[in-house]
Amino acid sequence: MRAIQSCSLRVRVLPAALLVLAACGGKPGGDTPARYGIGRAATTQEIAAIDIDVGPDGAGLPAGKGSVSDGAAIYATKCAQCHGQKGEGMPPAYPAMVGRDSAGEKFGFAKDAKIAKTIGNYWSNATTVFDYIRRAMPHTAPGSLTNDEVYALTAHLLSANGLLPATATLDSASLMQVKMPAAGHFVPDNRRGGGTIR
Amino acid sequence: MTDPESKEGAALTRRDLLRGAAVAGGAALVGIPAVARSQAQALAPVVPPLVPQVLPPIPADATKLLGTPTSPVGTRSRFVTASRAPTGEVTGTSFTPLQDLTGTITPSDLHFERHHAGIPLLDPARHTLTVHGMVDRPMAFTVDELRRFPQVTRVHFVECSGNGRGAYRDPKPELTPQKIAGMTSNSEWTGVRLADIMKEVGAQASAQWFLAEGGDACLLARSIPMPKAFDDALVVWAQNGEPLRPEQGYPMRLLLPGYEGNANVKWLRRLEVGMRPWMTRWETAKYTDPLPGGIARQFSFEMDAKSVITSPCAPRTITKGWNPISGLAWSGRGRITKVEVSTDNGKSWREAELQGPSLPKAHVRFAYMWEWKGSEQVLLSRATDETGYVQPTRAKLIEVRGKGTDYHFNPIYGWRIATDGAITFHGES
Repeated sequence: MRAIQSCSLRVRVLPAALLVLAACGGKPGGDTPARYGIGRAATTQEIAAIDIDVGPDGAGLPAGKGSVSDGAAIYATKCAQCHGQKGEGMPPAYPAMVGRDSAGEKFGFAKDAKIAKTIGNYWSNATTVFDYIRRAMPHTAPGSLTNDEVYALTAHLLSANGLLPATATLDSASLMQVKMPAAGHFVPDNRRGGGTIR
Repeated sequence: MTDPESKEGAALTRRDLLRGAAVAGGAALVGIPAVARSQAQALAPVVPPLVPQVLPPIPADATKLLGTPTSPVGTRSRFVTASRAPTGEVTGTSFTPLQDLTGTITPSDLHFERHHAGIPLLDPARHTLTVHGMVDRPMAFTVDELRRFPQVTRVHFVECSGNGRGAYRDPKPELTPQKIAGMTSNSEWTGVRLADIMKEVGAQASAQWFLAEGGDACLLARSIPMPKAFDDALVVWAQNGEPLRPEQGYPMRLLLPGYEGNANVKWLRRLEVGMRPWMTRWETAKYTDPLPGGIARQFSFEMDAKSVITSPCAPRTITKGWNPISGLAWSGRGRITKVEVSTDNGKSWREAELQGPSLPKAHVRFAYMWEWKGSEQVLLSRATDETGYVQPTRAKLIEVRGKGTDYHFNPIYGWRIATDGAITFHGES
């Protein structure tokens, strides 16, 4: 009985609803096209000018090279003022970048917040060192370094952390050969809410 | 790219700005690491303050004296002193004064700040969002162009994942709501669905991640899983009915509801669609969570459910008799379904009232009326969200994450009331 009623109701109501919709000109809020045709095409050149990221697979690493010794010289003039002569930093604003003490080597950071997280004991990818220096450094003159200078500074910092010989020169190929002690220590987020505290 | 200067794309380079600052500021600017003057400081014209330096006397009877005239932009009452607590550094933080606020919306000029290379001065006429990578049509959008897409207005919190680090590692009696939780703020945001932008550029179905990059002096960049773009991510240009504040990303920012603040990239200039995360400094060296067992959690975006009592609180005092216990609760995984309050240091719990609608991934205010009879008490609050997650104790968090973990601190917090009504922070739940 109820089904018949609702059925007949629908028969009566539906045409009226359609009429109202038609009178209003479509669904509330307007139509949804496949594309709105807003914005403009970005040119290859303008993308290249801002596409500065370097991936963990080395994608985006530019041509160029720099030696550990060149990097040490650039570091002394452009970086040491904030980061310390040996990369010891001035925490907390300028954390230590260099160091592989025994506690850090065991990746015991969860136990003791005082263990400095350095490039040598906490950075998982050598490409990140290059990418970050090129993005953001020197702090007072970001974007002012040449790619050769960024390679040299990367080489110096990796060498200071014992990850590259003092005689080395770094380019896109050799940067990808650097083994980072922290690699393999990172895990995906396993928190899911619900009843388990992780 | 090979020329680092070309990213400026305009006549004025950062070097020019720094040079200008050096001329304007003289010898005081030379010292490092006092750090370069910010862009705003370098360009700010010297203008007289809008408010008279000498305030008129407070009349004995305001009804007997004509009031002040209308003005183009309002200011707070001179009796209101709520302010952020800035560290004053270019790479700094300023905390929202949660104990001075009511309701759920954070006034835009009191929204907490966290930036890594100062606040950039971006001209909306020149600033664009470029979307490229695994897309069929690489495109650039100005703010005016984005405004032509269907607009969305939503209330969401943004919380720095470092919020509460000090209270977690080293709880001290003098801590206030501003200090233990002031790096969360809640706003009504207006913008466009990132999904609409991704459809417009033809993001490829096989893409797994996208990189979001800001136009600030460190080009802050974060990798975000592609499903978030098609879930609830927004690109917003407005906050609480007006354009974004410069410190909140003017002219546009990414808004990832429920995700840690750092991923909500401000001054958004570029989105690159790709197959794998980029492993930027802010998702490897920073914003990763060391855990027991020699591991660290990475891409831990969602903010766990949390609550904090903002009244009564330190360093205030409480008056004998009836008082509301009031505070804020929020979850990065959806709605808050319940907030419980304890007035006996966790021995018993009573359900608080959720005031107003509990919106997903937004602050909700809770309140519980309580009669203080003058004995020593510890007040606690704990939130439950719609996934069934219950805010844990600090002891439980230390057990599973370690005391040295670096982000995501959401323990049950409390306030100790002494017999004279003095209130101190109680962080040992």
